[in-house]
Amino acid sequence: MQHKYVAQKEEPVTFTLTGALAGARACVPVEISGCVIGLVFGTLAGQAGLGAGEAALMSAFVFSGAAQFLVIGLWASPLPLAAIVLTTLVVGLRHLLMGAALGPVFSRLPRLKAYASVYFMADENWALTMGEFDKGRRDAAFLLGGGLLMALVWTASTFVGATFGGAVEDPARWGLDFAFTAIFLALIAGMWKGKSNILPWTVAAAVSVAAQHWLPGQWYILLGGLAGSFAGVVRRGH
Amino acid sequence: MGINGVTLLAIVLMVLATYATRAGGLWLANRFDLSERAGAWLDAIPGAILVSLVAPTVLTGGPAEALAAVAVVFVAVRSGSLPLAMATGVVAVVLLRTLADLI
Repeated sequence: MQHKYVAQKEEPVTFTLTGALAGARACVPVEISGCVIGLVFGTLAGQAGLGAGEAALMSAFVFSGAAQFLVIGLWASPLPLAAIVLTTLVVGLRHLLMGAALGPVFSRLPRLKAYASVYFMADENWALTMGEFDKGRRDAAFLLGGGLLMALVWTASTFVGATFGGAVEDPARWGLDFAFTAIFLALIAGMWKGKSNILPWTVAAAVSVAAQHWLPGQWYILLGGLAGSFAGVVRRGH
Repeated sequence: MGINGVTLLAIVLMVLATYATRAGGLWLANRFDLSERAGAWLDAIPGAILVSLVAPTVLTGGPAEALAAVAVVFVAVRSGSLPLAMATGVVAVVLLRTLADLI
């Protein structure tokens, strides 16, 4: 059997408005929860001393929930700029792996489209895009469409949260903290190919649980992803 | 609604840092003509990252999270619908947490 990667190098890749709209539509259910997280972030940013405009500006351009929540926790006067940049870099390291996984399809797009699209790459729209590619669909605008919707919702809800801070209750009370987990689980179920997945996924689960227990922050995603994907290569018996 | 200069600088630095990580992986993958083995590695990344994202919540979050996860996977496999699977997970986790609090 040919590797999927080899096949991907030969299939045509499109970048259409239809693909972008499909990507945005796929992100709608996730964004119900995303909106609440944005309200919470806006509230915290307001409490940390950012104006609503500043908080919204950060959400629009940084567009990374994980990094922004951690950075708001560091927010103090004078601003610890080095710690802020380092935190953002470390939290973003998983993007390196995610971007590499887009490579086989995205390397066949014009450069501007590819590099503009990854500006809007977040966990959720990346995961949905990989699910699309896994089904054999090859419209690369799916990532950008989902990302633009997410950025819009994230920015608007941050602004509202920072303006009317304190209006949001604990998202866990409504189960909304579990919405992302549920989407990721459903995508995992769709990616199941058979016994060859058992070893890499078990390794990823074990390493991420251990790393989440012993290491601070978000290292568990990167370490679990690295360990699991390497186990996947070993499993192929090269 | 003025914007503080140092705040703006912090935001610009964050944008540069996060874009470097977003573009870096794609840049590396484009840079080298990947061997078949590297291609197999790229194939394995999405599943491994997704499992890593959920494993701590599902495996160590408690019985409500674990059971809700089973419900999500069941609905996802049977229906093939992501929104339905997500709704199932959210409703299930609320009910199970309430139940866990009662016990």
